[in-house]
Order: sequence, then C-alpha cells, then structure tokens
Amino acid sequence: MRLAPTAALAGLLLATACWRSHGRYTEIRNLGSDTMLEVAGAWAEAYDQVTDHIVVSVSGGGSGTGIAALIAGKIDLANSSRLLKPEEVARARKRDQDPIAHKVGFDGIAIYVHRDNPLRCLTMAQLKALFGDGGELTRWSQLGVDLGDPKLDPIVLVSRQNNSGTYEYFREAVLGGAKGRFKLECMNLNGSKDVVDFCGKARSALGYSGLAYANDTVRIVPVMRTDEGPAIAPSTATITAGTYPIARPLYMYTNGPPRGATQEYLDWILSDDGQRVLMHQGYPPLRPL
Amino acid sequence: MVPAPGSHQGLDRLDGAWWRDWAARVLVSLGGISAILFIVAIIVFIASQGLEFAWNRLSWAELLTGARWEPTANPPRYGAWPLLAGTAWITAVAMLVAVPLSFAAAIYIGEFATGSRREWLKVTIETLAAIPSVVWGVIGLQVLNPLIQQWFDTPVGLNVLNAGVILGLMAAPIMTTLAEDALKAVPDTYREAAEALGATRWQVIWRVVLPHARPGLSASVLLGIGRAFGETIAVLMASGHRLLPPTSVFDSAATITATIAAELGEAAVDSDHYQVLFVLGLVLFAITFSINLLADGLVRGRRRRA
Repeated sequence: MRLAPTAALAGLLLATACWRSHGRYTEIRNLGSDTMLEVAGAWAEAYDQVTDHIVVSVSGGGSGTGIAALIAGKIDLANSSRLLKPEEVARARKRDQDPIAHKVGFDGIAIYVHRDNPLRCLTMAQLKALFGDGGELTRWSQLGVDLGDPKLDPIVLVSRQNNSGTYEYFREAVLGGAKGRFKLECMNLNGSKDVVDFCGKARSALGYSGLAYANDTVRIVPVMRTDEGPAIAPSTATITAGTYPIARPLYMYTNGPPRGATQEYLDWILSDDGQRVLMHQGYPPLRPL
Repeated sequence: MVPAPGSHQGLDRLDGAWWRDWAARVLVSLGGISAILFIVAIIVFIASQGLEFAWNRLSWAELLTGARWEPTANPPRYGAWPLLAGTAWITAVAMLVAVPLSFAAAIYIGEFATGSRREWLKVTIETLAAIPSVVWGVIGLQVLNPLIQQWFDTPVGLNVLNAGVILGLMAAPIMTTLAEDALKAVPDTYREAAEALGATRWQVIWRVVLPHARPGLSASVLLGIGRAFGETIAVLMASGHRLLPPTSVFDSAATITATIAAELGEAAVDSDHYQVLFVLGLVLFAITFSINLLADGLVRGRRRRA
C-alpha cells in the first residue's frame, strides 16, 4: 500500500525531469494534505495515461503547507482535507490572492467498537455527549448496553493526537465547531490503524477512525443524524449520497478560477474516470458511479 | 629562532610518523571537544526555537500546573501538568521494576557468580541494553497489552503499568552494569575482615558491601531515572497517551517525550504549538540534566571518601 504511491512519486519526479529537458510538457505542481497524498498520487499516475502534454508532480507535507505554498504562488494546485482557516483567508487577501475550493471527493469517519459489543446505533447528540468535554455519557449502561462485567461499564474513549486532521474534523462535525473540546479521559492514539486495533482488543472501547481501516476485530456503529432519523452505516454509497453525517469533503484549491492545464486536470478528476480512481483508493466519490 | 612544532633537534624528526602522530592527536582532541560542542549547540537550538513564545506569550505557571493540554483547541491551553505527572508515575513504576531486578542481578554477578558464568551473564545483560526501543514499544503494544488485560482484569492494557514495566526492563541493563561497578569498588579487605569476624555471606553483603557501595548504587538509580524520563517511542506506544494525571497504575497516561514526538511533526513551524513543544523539551532537558548532575556528584563524593 505504501509502496505504490512512493513508486508513483518517483515516476513523477522522473517525468518532471524529462519535461525539464524537453520543454514540451506543462507541469502542474500539486502539494498539500498527507491524507490525500495517496489518492493525489494515484490521480497523477492515472492522468499520465490520459494525456501526453501535462505532467503532475505531487508531494505531501500537510494541508497547511499546501495552502501556504498556493498563496505564495509556488504551486498550481493545493490539496486540503479542510476549508481555509480565517487567518489563511486574511493572508491571501493581503497578497491579492483568491484561493478557490474545489470539492474532489470524501473521507468517511466511522465509529468503531469491539466486535462483541452489541451497541445498535448512536445519534450525533449522543456522540457529542460521549466525546465532548462535560458530556454526561460515560457508561455503557447509560446506552442500554450490558457488556457482562461491571468493570467494563465505563466507556474507554479512543481518540487521535490533537493535530491530526481526523481529530480536527471530528471536533468540527461532532463536538460543535472549533470551540469544541474533547473529554480529557480520551486516549490519544498515534494513527488511524492504532485506533481500530485498540478497539479490537478492548471490549469497552469506543473510537473513531477512517472507514478504510475497518477489520474483523471491530464493528462499525451506524449513526443517526437526529434522534428520529434512520441509523446510517458509513459506506461509499451513503457517504456519496450525503446521508451518513460524519464525512468530510476533500478539496483542491486553485488560485483564482482554474485555467489551462490545471483546468483540464481538475475537469478530469471530477469526471467519472477520475472519480473511479478515487473510489479504488477507498474513498467515497462525489456522486454515485 | 622560533622552533617549528615538535622540532626539538635530535629528539623529534618531522617525518611521516611525526605527522601521523600529530593528526591522531588533533582527531582525538576534536572528538573530545565535539561532545561539548554538540551539547551546547543542542541547547542553543532548543532554546532558540521556543524562545519567542516563551518570552512573549507563555505563562510558566500554566505550563507547569495547568490541567488542560489542548494546544490545537480554540483558545489553546498549554497546561503540561498531566504530562509531568504521567512522566513521574511511569518513571516511578519503571524504578520499582528496575531497582530490585538490577540490584539482584548486580549482587549475583558481583558477589556470587564466578568464572565463565559471570562473563556470560555480563555479556547477555549488555546485549539486552542494545535492543532498540521501538522493539520494546511493540512488545508493550502487542504482548503486554493483552497480558495486563488478562492478569489484572482491567479494560485497558495500555497504561502506566505497561509503560513502566517496559521502561524498567529497558533501564535495568545499564543500572545492573553501574551497580556491579559500585559493588566491585568496595575493597576486598572489607569483605575479608567481615568474614574473619564470622559473618555469613549474606551478612557481609547486607551489612558491609551494600552500605559501602550506597553512593554508587544511588547514582545507578539516578541514571536509570534519567533514562526512563527521556525515553520516547516505547512510551508513546505503551502508555495509551491519555491527557489526565493518572491516579492508579491502571490508568493510561501521557509523558512529555511522547507528546513532543506525537505532535511536533504536524505542528506548523514557528506556530505557538511548535514553540511550546520546544519549551517542553527544555523543561525535560533541565530535569534530566539535574538528575545526571546529582548522579555525578554522588559518584565523585564516593571517590573522594574512598
């Protein structure tokens, strides 16, 4: 899984070098989110088969890095797993730049429990009361779940380290915006996979992590947007349809409206072919394919 | 006439051997000074990265006693008390594991084992010290985690106990070596005198050797504490990283080092978050530096008396 994008990047670097020596190609410089690195690499690689006059060079470094480079005019296309922050908008204005967001796909965040946990579903309000600072839900019995041992009744909350994109998105979407705070009782694990592994080992755990990391030691809990609404399990279908509530859009930013090669590339990413590449990487596409 | 370097006529000749000797001397002294240069450079680097924030916006009172570590929240909070408490708890458990283990090993190797068995044991213990810490981390995550859940019937196996045991095992080899040195430094005449007075083997060790070796043994414990304080990756993997001061060994906890390791990579360079992590590094450095200084003082004190 790790090797493929690395190989893709190496190939792109080589292609870039060729472009420099021949001068026949247009290069699109694409930089940003680490979450999107694999899918951005897959897009660039697939696009190489489609066109013979455009080369896309991709690198990571984080959403913030990509946006800063776009505002500084160093790149053509910035990958970001979040919208611009107010201070970034202000800095762009000061430099007379106009970053425009283009939604290119989705990333679903699933709620995980141990595979033996019988929990049927959770509402968004319950999730906030579980993970949010001051929330009153701390025991499985409060949710009508009996794990068969009083020691297992306290809910073990599993979160991520405080600067991961998943952490920030969960805070935005579930804990009520940027001012939201997690309970201090949360464990803060250092990777999407670690959260799922932990939930598979601890019977009283409740965690959130990327949909793509599911395995058979855990169960994904369906989520209800409102107290009455239907319980929706995350899948590419429900996320694309917008019925699953905890999915974040993935963006590419251009400086001003896209032009020339960048526009061609972006149009292809939004086409069925481009969206199929995204789906193969395990991310929900913008519309049903 | 000014003599050229090493030109004491009749004694030295400026031939190939002289220059090789000179080059070796320069290399060795450079190596000697380099340690000091590196330490100074590291201090300057850490301090410079965090200085602007520490000077203008950081409340030291909040950093050292604040209960909430939320550097990415709005507004951010920089209370590192849970990290300090977590570090102290995990280090304490590590010493509870490491001290009996390493002292027992040192006494056995130093006072009882003889011949090839003794050599064989020493080599094994030194090999133990060479196991990379990420391997210890995986042991904590994959082996100790389910074992602790099973043995102690706790819901979570990534906690103070897990990280403390892992750190204790990591610190034990170096502590054993140091403690054995301390025992060896006790003159044999003391042992012979005690035995001549009719003391048993245990009485000799308990009443004569151990009391006399106490400064060296304390120094070995302090260096073990320093080792445990500074360890990063194994703790990050085994402690569960929960930002609350632990109240029992079965609570998950976070340490200063693990926090720096987990957060520095994604913090925007020169942001407050980035800088406060360097300030934490400085705090950590101050703690380990004073511990090492104390250990050094103890060893020196013993040498002076001996």
